[in-house]
Amino acid sequence: MRGRTAVVGVGETEYYKRGQAPDAEFKLALDAIVKACADAGINPKDVDGFASYSNDRSDPSHLAAALGCKELRFANMQWGGGGGGGSGAVANAAAAIHAGLADTVVVFRALAQGQFGRFGQGPRRNTIGGEMAYTVPYGLMSPAQMFAMKVVRFMHDHGVEQAALRAISLACYEHAQHNPRAVMYGRPLDAEKYDASRWIVEPFHLYDCCMENDGAAAMVLVSAERAKDFDHKPCYVLGAVAGSHYRAGASVHNTPDYATSTFKTLAPRLYDMAGVRPADVDVLQSYENFTGGVLMSIVEHGFCAPEECNEFFVKERFVAPGGDLPLNTSGGNLAECYMHGLGLNIEAVRQIRGASTSQVADAEVSMVISGPMVTPVSSCIFGSEATL
Amino acid sequence: MSDYYLNPGLAQPAATPLDEPYWQGLQEGVLRVQQCAACGGWQWGPEWICHHCLSDQVGFTEVEPRGVIYSYERVWHPVHPALAEQGPYIVVLVELPDAGNVRMVGNLLGDPEQNVPIGAPVEGVFEHHVDAEPAYSLLHWRLL
Repeated sequence: MRGRTAVVGVGETEYYKRGQAPDAEFKLALDAIVKACADAGINPKDVDGFASYSNDRSDPSHLAAALGCKELRFANMQWGGGGGGGSGAVANAAAAIHAGLADTVVVFRALAQGQFGRFGQGPRRNTIGGEMAYTVPYGLMSPAQMFAMKVVRFMHDHGVEQAALRAISLACYEHAQHNPRAVMYGRPLDAEKYDASRWIVEPFHLYDCCMENDGAAAMVLVSAERAKDFDHKPCYVLGAVAGSHYRAGASVHNTPDYATSTFKTLAPRLYDMAGVRPADVDVLQSYENFTGGVLMSIVEHGFCAPEECNEFFVKERFVAPGGDLPLNTSGGNLAECYMHGLGLNIEAVRQIRGASTSQVADAEVSMVISGPMVTPVSSCIFGSEATL
Repeated sequence: MSDYYLNPGLAQPAATPLDEPYWQGLQEGVLRVQQCAACGGWQWGPEWICHHCLSDQVGFTEVEPRGVIYSYERVWHPVHPALAEQGPYIVVLVELPDAGNVRMVGNLLGDPEQNVPIGAPVEGVFEHHVDAEPAYSLLHWRLL
């Protein structure tokens, strides 16, 4: 599948604070898809496939009907919650095109939390059965609470200090100050402000946690043969994988390998498929549900050893253009927008195009890590034509 | 203030056909963990078949409520209205050496701002909500 497909169009709605989108979620999805098609220079009626993740509510058949698509040939949902499917949806779209199931596939994600519920709050039911009954009555019920326990154990095992998490947050906010689309544009963060911010759940300060936002994002994928005929520089899919390790889904925190971002088995497969090594990666977008997930994702994708985290995770390394591993150059989920991570994939495409607000010089290999600590997770590597 | 570790008002557990012996056991003051009658393997949470040998002869075995702290977290931000006045509290993940090192989630009793030593031994403390309708029990932990 390496280099056989490419992203030729990207589109985003305006990004809003949660609950503040003026439009219905489905309209946001349509808006992002129409913009992505316009960016690609194609008619939305020629889209013949849709791929999404995390139980997106915008049904492909309804989208195809609303857009007047001539034919629907691929309607795909990557199972699993959180943003774990962001790059998995890219993998599914690329695989479908490569296999001949469809020609023009849109990967999309839309969220309107005013119209629907919030992520970051506990259930409001009176009784609860099954897996959640083992955690909710003990006050463990939000995503931050589900994941903090993994990060505590990882930091304990490897002696990682809080400053490593802080470096991730500071880099994201730094990049958001250059990105007018970012929800946190004009709201800089420094170490003192981070340190003084309240705990959500240790080891996560407020600024270790993603925002919750409304909006939608979409990408158009076509075959590499067709990609050359589009307006923008093609952004080739070098590799994209999704999955998880042995019994990652064991309930009540019983996965045998616990303190992990879930990428240990996947990362080698990604590099094999893409034919690159960590040292080849020019720029990285790594999904921040919480900074601790970024920390473990970067370790498990081979950029540093667990014992090196305190030296490796410093802000300067992660800030474009001077850093040696520019990270979340749009501001990411912490400071640009939490579009369940699809904004990270779009930013990775912008880097290949040379169109980021924090552009890395000569970015040829652009990587995305999606939704750490859930299962399945996913990651992908995009490349310029020079990498083929 | 109640005698319970967390303020009242969170969703209360309801047994399902898969885990009824566990919840009944807590009310009786005993801890039962799922164990396979065919291969002796342990698992938690309960499943319909044994993940070791795939037998459906899975039952529940009483074990001593003791373990070691595998990980923990101190929660500060209330994500449920019932916890608005709670202040910080500690959730622990406890490994049970007597049950194949399966892990269970509970609260760590005592000062919510105490240091929590990973690897330290703990013992179970049953918290009986006899005033609930229907009554139920939780299993907390305290340092030995």
